[in-house]
Amino acid sequence: MSFDDAYEALTDHDDDTRWAYGTGFSDPLAGVPTAVPDGVDPADLVAYCLMLGDDALVMSHRLQQWVTRAPELEDEMALANIGLDLLGQARLLLTRAGEVEGTGRDEDALAYLREPAAFRHVRLAERLDDDFAHLIARLLVFSTWRLALLDRLTTSRDPILAAIGAKGVKEATYHREYAAGWVVRLGDGTDVSHTRMRAAVDGVEPLAGELFEPHQVELRLAAAGVGVDPATLRTEYDDVLAEVHRVATLPPPPPLQEGTGGRDGVHGPELVEILTEMQELARANPGGVW
Amino acid sequence: MSDDIKHEWPLFEVFVRAKRGLNHVHVGSLRAADHEMALHHARDLYTRRNEGVSIWVVRSDDVVSSGPDDKDAFFAPSGDKVYRHPTYYSIPDSVPHI
Amino acid sequence: MDGAQVFEETIAKDQRVEPRDWMPEGYRKTMIRQIAQHAHSEIIGMQPEGAWITRAPSLRRKAILLAKVQDEAGHGLYLYSAAETLGADRGDLTRRLIEGRQKYSSIFNYPTLTFADVGVIGWLVDGAAICNQVPLCRSSYGPYARAMIRICKEESFHQRQGYELLATMMRGTAAQREMVQDATNRWWWPSLMMFGPPDKDSPNSAQSMAWKIKRHSNDDLRQRFVDMSVPQAEALGVTLPDPALRWNAERDHYDFGEIDWDEFKRVIAGSGPMNAERLAHRRRADEDGAWVREAAAAHAAKRAGAPA
Repeated sequence: MSFDDAYEALTDHDDDTRWAYGTGFSDPLAGVPTAVPDGVDPADLVAYCLMLGDDALVMSHRLQQWVTRAPELEDEMALANIGLDLLGQARLLLTRAGEVEGTGRDEDALAYLREPAAFRHVRLAERLDDDFAHLIARLLVFSTWRLALLDRLTTSRDPILAAIGAKGVKEATYHREYAAGWVVRLGDGTDVSHTRMRAAVDGVEPLAGELFEPHQVELRLAAAGVGVDPATLRTEYDDVLAEVHRVATLPPPPPLQEGTGGRDGVHGPELVEILTEMQELARANPGGVW
Repeated sequence: MSDDIKHEWPLFEVFVRAKRGLNHVHVGSLRAADHEMALHHARDLYTRRNEGVSIWVVRSDDVVSSGPDDKDAFFAPSGDKVYRHPTYYSIPDSVPHI
Repeated sequence: MDGAQVFEETIAKDQRVEPRDWMPEGYRKTMIRQIAQHAHSEIIGMQPEGAWITRAPSLRRKAILLAKVQDEAGHGLYLYSAAETLGADRGDLTRRLIEGRQKYSSIFNYPTLTFADVGVIGWLVDGAAICNQVPLCRSSYGPYARAMIRICKEESFHQRQGYELLATMMRGTAAQREMVQDATNRWWWPSLMMFGPPDKDSPNSAQSMAWKIKRHSNDDLRQRFVDMSVPQAEALGVTLPDPALRWNAERDHYDFGEIDWDEFKRVIAGSGPMNAERLAHRRRADEDGAWVREAAAAHAAKRAGAPA
């Protein structure tokens, strides 16, 4: 039995189609042109990629913290899937930010060596989940908003962002469906779950307003046909949330509160806790290769 | 205490069509509260490596199966119908593509 | 022919026993116990590596590790589903696990102290698991054999990612090379214990071999693993912590030192470094999730029009 082929004992089972076993993975950015579109300030594009990339990176980190703690093994699989999807989006976006920036920072330099104030995610992404209902409430808000955003990004003049949007739409569609399914089950389930789901919605809603407050970078890139003005996502978001709440027998979502800060690097102590965990090992081994 | 811990989601059987042109094949089972959740879980569990273009889920207790004891009654009658099998027909080697 | 004869003939002809076939009660019990222990091992085995996902030192390693730990949850599910075809109930099996009435692989009662442990688990622990599992793809019980085929195919990436991580770290800093050697020192002997007690002390082996639930003896598989691992360690540039390890041309195998079976028994009996914590963690997740599972069941019942 050699290291290269630990499975030679399986020779009578080599028909993969019998097992519905997958192949055919592809690089979503293969062959996509990488030049910065005309009329766009590269610094804006870098900042924008960091915003969307950090949203995904930080949200993925919170999902990673659920691993081995999910309420059922099937949900273990689902949460890991969502975490992996978002991590994949983060890697593409941070890599793009580093390449456009042109100072040699790659995805890891951006993820592991930036200080908290250099992170550009919305604060909803970093919030610690008190329980499964809080995670689900946050995931419904986050994925409904992100799906609408990625959907508009598919027509971006920047081919890389368009490709990331096309890939992400499929993923976020699934994330939203998963979250909506659980909001309905918890809202409509038992008295206990209904109470917990309402508390979670109340806890998360104050952070939702920030998602629709456009940053100057977003406005400039939206005008250039490259980025998305998040204010334009409100109608879709409101419709989806109202419908999910209705089916879940929850009160309608409260009006959004104003909020800003994350996009300018203003974060709470929760981000410091996240980055300590995420960056500690990488920073403790300068010159290390993994 | 642990006696209160409930695993009362029913069992579902999962069938995946690996690619167009093939049958759905049974790949295993999972637990879910309802069909919608079962489809979601099936996607996560049995198609996370791009396996499959279509999934069926069926409640396990809705599956009606022949028992091993029925085997002769169900399957023996076709055992003598060799004409259903292509190798029954001898074709000269010189005839191509058949 | 009656059921017993059919069963004997199926085994003798090397065919698979399927769920609704008649089978001896002992076969059913042995099968449920073995599959459940295997499933529990996958689920508990998520913890030692899962603890490093949030701390993984590169985004590529993070993605690999998250996908790997997710696979382990999937493997646990395939196996619980195989056990359920024998009439077992996953909830009941989980209760037996968290009450300590059913075992899981004792390897997961050792702590993961550095990131090199992630690599060594892939290389040695998954390597040992593959040696154990490949023959199980021919297990006489059909659903188990089919679950094992799927699992073995997916495990191929697990061992490779571990070895690749170690090879990369060995090209890094002196501190990284030390981490790899240290992790190898700590995991080598527990990995050898994964094949179970020596054949002369293995109480259930003879019946399992006769029923073709098991295909090779513990000692045979252990020897195969040692023979595989020595050249891999050389290629990596680490020393396996066994002064007695040397090639025996007469036997055409590597000789190796005596395993500390007292330690093995202590860890099996629950006194390993992490036994209590692993079970407590699994128990907490199950208890914390109870209200969620109940809510989903209640919602489904309402939808179906039945009383909640």
